[in-house]
Amino acid sequence: MSAIGCSVSGREFRKVRNKFDPELARKRKPLMITGAEKILADRPQPPASQARFFQAVPSKSGTAVTKEREFTVQTEWMLAIRDRKDKSAFAQLFDFYAPRLKGFVMRGGAGAAEAEEIVQDVMLTIWRKADQFDPERAQVSGWIYQITRNRQIDLARKGARAMPEDLAPDEDHEPDSAQIVALEQEASKLKKAISGLKPDQRSVIEHAYLGELTHQEIHDLTGLPLGTIKSRIRLGLERLRHELKGLREP
Amino acid sequence: MKTINHHIPEALMVAYTAGKLSHVYEVVIAAHISMCDRCRADMSAHEAVAGSVMETTKSEALSQDFKADVLSLLDEPFEAPAPRPARQGIYPGPVIEALKNRDPRWRSVGMGVKQDILSEGQEGSLRLLSIPPGQAVPDHSHTGMELTLVLQGSFLDETGRFGVGDLEIADDDLDHSPVAGDGDTCICLAATGGPLKFNSLVPRLLQPFFRI
Repeated sequence: MSAIGCSVSGREFRKVRNKFDPELARKRKPLMITGAEKILADRPQPPASQARFFQAVPSKSGTAVTKEREFTVQTEWMLAIRDRKDKSAFAQLFDFYAPRLKGFVMRGGAGAAEAEEIVQDVMLTIWRKADQFDPERAQVSGWIYQITRNRQIDLARKGARAMPEDLAPDEDHEPDSAQIVALEQEASKLKKAISGLKPDQRSVIEHAYLGELTHQEIHDLTGLPLGTIKSRIRLGLERLRHELKGLREP
Repeated sequence: MKTINHHIPEALMVAYTAGKLSHVYEVVIAAHISMCDRCRADMSAHEAVAGSVMETTKSEALSQDFKADVLSLLDEPFEAPAPRPARQGIYPGPVIEALKNRDPRWRSVGMGVKQDILSEGQEGSLRLLSIPPGQAVPDHSHTGMELTLVLQGSFLDETGRFGVGDLEIADDDLDHSPVAGDGDTCICLAATGGPLKFNSLVPRLLQPFFRI
């Protein structure tokens, strides 16, 4: 079972990690201005709408200082797990996702004990396959959904689920925090839109993604109330793919 | 890559994302996504939607010690998964997987048409078809949905022209007569919900023999 359809090589991720962790890059090359610092310096200042990305943390002296957090907490946890095998970040991610995952799997008909077995498998897969997480291509929650569904299919039938080829690693691709932020913004709108659905509409979507509807039943629905936001996420991802391909195929 | 005109419709993509398709259909969908950026992005978008649904689902309290149990397993050794098969020639990774890394074993079914049955069972059949340019595939109908993905060349039928990467979806009421286009031999990956049925007498007599 491979966790995601779009994975990138470990080598690329090490490059990404260095860019994303200026602390690490600084330690490595103390006297030079690193690429990471340049990226951070060149990065446009986030607009006021991204105020949620700034988090107040207590300083050692006891007074609160504002530390810039670039991405959502979920993405930050995942990057810390991926890049530094950070167990405290994993514990935080666990606290956030494990009860939600358990609820989601139980909505799909699993008993409490069975649901916890699945949640345990998924959580360990997140830890072990963290190097396949690419925030430019997937939201943490979407990535976890996929791992969960693959695990459920593995348990339900013989033979793994057929998955698309992994995307070819692109050694020259520079990590693009603007793309990650853009994807997160679309995802946050998506989440808001889903929270705002009427109960019966939400129920249809939930049943579909919980795997409770057959293809024919989904087909017979007069259109899922997914709205335009899903299309925007899709277009954003498609644009990224084309940009990457443009870089690869001169 | 040539332009792909026939993509995965929404209902089929939702069913694939949610793991509701049988394996033979999954292989065709996964092969198409391997060839089609647009559908890969669409799949990611569906996963984003599903992830948001998961994230906004009512939480269930975890049993005592559950977290400690999981955290204690983090340092356990584990086996790294085998790398996924890559594309070889005209065959995308999921087809190589279905071929179990062997070359196609073509068997003639008459009129220059050849096939290689990759899997056949209760849940349906998966085959590679090779059709010479200009040759018609015998008129046939099938139980359940038929998915056909063009890997090389092209074919035309009552619903349009299908080139490399295009996915045709035929339901069981469509009696269609695909004809391979000019140029390269048309090679397709086809999945059906059951065995193909031929509508003219001679191929029907041959059907049990050739398992087509």
